[in-house]
Amino acid sequence: MIILFYLFSAILLAFALGTVISTNLIHSALLMMGSFFAVAGLYLLLQADYLAMVQILVYVGAIAILLVFGVMLTRKGSIEESNLPNRYKTIGLVTALGLFGLLARSITYTRFPSPPLESPPQNIIAIAQAFLLQYIVAFEALGILLLIAILGAILIGKEPK
Amino acid sequence: MNISAVSLELASLSLGLLTIILGLIFPSFRSKNTGGYLAIMGLISMLIGSLYLPASNTQTFINTFYVQDSLALFFKQLFIVVAIFVNAMSLRYLKPYTKNRGDYFALTFFALTGMMIMASAAEFITLYIGLELMTFTFVLLTTYKKQDLKSGEAGLKYLLLSAISSGVLLYGLSLIYGLTGKLDFSAISTVFSIGSVSPLLVWAIIMVLSGLGFKIALVPFHMWTPDVYEGAPTPITAFLAVGSKAAGFVAFIRVFFHVFAPFTSIFMPLLITLTVLTLLIGNLIALAQTHLKRFLAYSSIAHVGYILLGVIAYSKLGLSAILFYLMLYLFANIGAFAGVTALVINTGHDRISDLAGLWKCSPFLSVIFLISLLSLAGIPPTAGFIGKFYLFTEAIHQGYLWLAALALGLSLVAVYYYLMVIRTLLSGTSEETQPFIIPFSLRLVMIVSAAMTIGIGIWPGPFTDLALNIAQSFY
Repeated sequence: MIILFYLFSAILLAFALGTVISTNLIHSALLMMGSFFAVAGLYLLLQADYLAMVQILVYVGAIAILLVFGVMLTRKGSIEESNLPNRYKTIGLVTALGLFGLLARSITYTRFPSPPLESPPQNIIAIAQAFLLQYIVAFEALGILLLIAILGAILIGKEPK
Repeated sequence: MNISAVSLELASLSLGLLTIILGLIFPSFRSKNTGGYLAIMGLISMLIGSLYLPASNTQTFINTFYVQDSLALFFKQLFIVVAIFVNAMSLRYLKPYTKNRGDYFALTFFALTGMMIMASAAEFITLYIGLELMTFTFVLLTTYKKQDLKSGEAGLKYLLLSAISSGVLLYGLSLIYGLTGKLDFSAISTVFSIGSVSPLLVWAIIMVLSGLGFKIALVPFHMWTPDVYEGAPTPITAFLAVGSKAAGFVAFIRVFFHVFAPFTSIFMPLLITLTVLTLLIGNLIALAQTHLKRFLAYSSIAHVGYILLGVIAYSKLGLSAILFYLMLYLFANIGAFAGVTALVINTGHDRISDLAGLWKCSPFLSVIFLISLLSLAGIPPTAGFIGKFYLFTEAIHQGYLWLAALALGLSLVAVYYYLMVIRTLLSGTSEETQPFIIPFSLRLVMIVSAAMTIGIGIWPGPFTDLALNIAQSFY
């Protein structure tokens, strides 16, 4: 288990780093897909099998593909240099490393309540019950949010006559 | 299950969906103002209906994740009042945009629903979804003037920056969940009250503060405010300045007065620093503005600073001063933005210099500007004076004399820049010669907001009692 955790984490970090560093937007998108797979692996280790499935289905299957299509349909100019770092490269690196260091130190210093506080919902039934009973307001509001997203895409995307 | 706890949300949602569906069936409904009249009538009946909802006892929907207490009901009524004003202001303003007018009115309902969910949420996931529902809708409303590049720029900025702030907020919430294993406010505060302080908790507090601070335009998370306020359609700017900000404040109140209550010693120094920065930057940069909407944006940032004095006071009276101030802030800002709307309709511009000679063109509009700006400046007999008075005295009472003195000094700076605008308005000559045309709906909005501004100033009793009652039941 522990070995698998470190393996998935290493893959995730490598892919995530590649996403940021790559100068080709398509490569970045593909590397990001890889990091989504690694996250799904971590979910599996946490026994959140449904979440892992949804992660692959939604993030890899829909969002990443949509991103690649978006790049292909809108991009002008050379794809080789479509994701260049801006002039704040050094400052960004220093800030990110500093923040990472501080957070990592805090996380190792903090004693988390153990054992795990609530066993994660192991099956779809438990998740469905949480959605439709406890979190019903949030769930319904998400439905409306999606409706607005569709409406907004039409409103913004439609050419004015 | 208690439907009355979500009745206002359901009403708002159904009216929004109805507006969309009617627009699909009748094309003329989308291109005309019928949707707006329907929206205003629906909102007024919602407001009347909300008066009959039980306010004295806390109601829960299904479980404690979603509560309707007197605080939530107060904020919901506040949001409905703002929405009525915004829709009434929009009627004539939208005339150049004949297409999709129905969708605009529908979207205001969804923004309203998001705000209402934020007011009632007593659990972090629901709070976050309500916040996103509100933000998404505001992005769309901001970009409504598609032909105008500034409107598109404002929408894009708002979308990107709020995505970042949401990321920070979610990180903070995930840390809280990791530390407590709970998501609802009362359970978290139970765990917090017995637990010890860990470094990660400090991070969580900082992240939640910045995430919510973005919504209320707390410095240094205010950078989006002037651009978005300038680019958005003017009624939507009013909606953002009053509605979105009040929604941020209700979340702020619930989280900082309730969830983080055991950790005042941690977040208070942070909050005081940010309040000082907000007061300084809001008031000093407002001095340099030439654009009326940017000017009001910085003035609204400064007002966040004043309202935060009530949070810093951290007492029952402090909370009631916040609620009272939000009421008068609503009417003063709606008055000012309705004035800007009238100016845009008649001249097409909204620079401060366009106000020159307004007194001769339209004495009515000038009086509205005068009353609203005097209230924002806090000069008696307008309501702004009493609101600032309550906030400052409560801050002094809790031992923050220096902070109140600073706020007082900066509000004198504010008086100067408000009076500069008023001077432009009263003196100078205008290029416009014909009298202004102010449509009836806009005129009504102005009269009501000005009357309320003066009314609360002269007779604050009922309003302070209301605020005090709510604060008392929240504590």
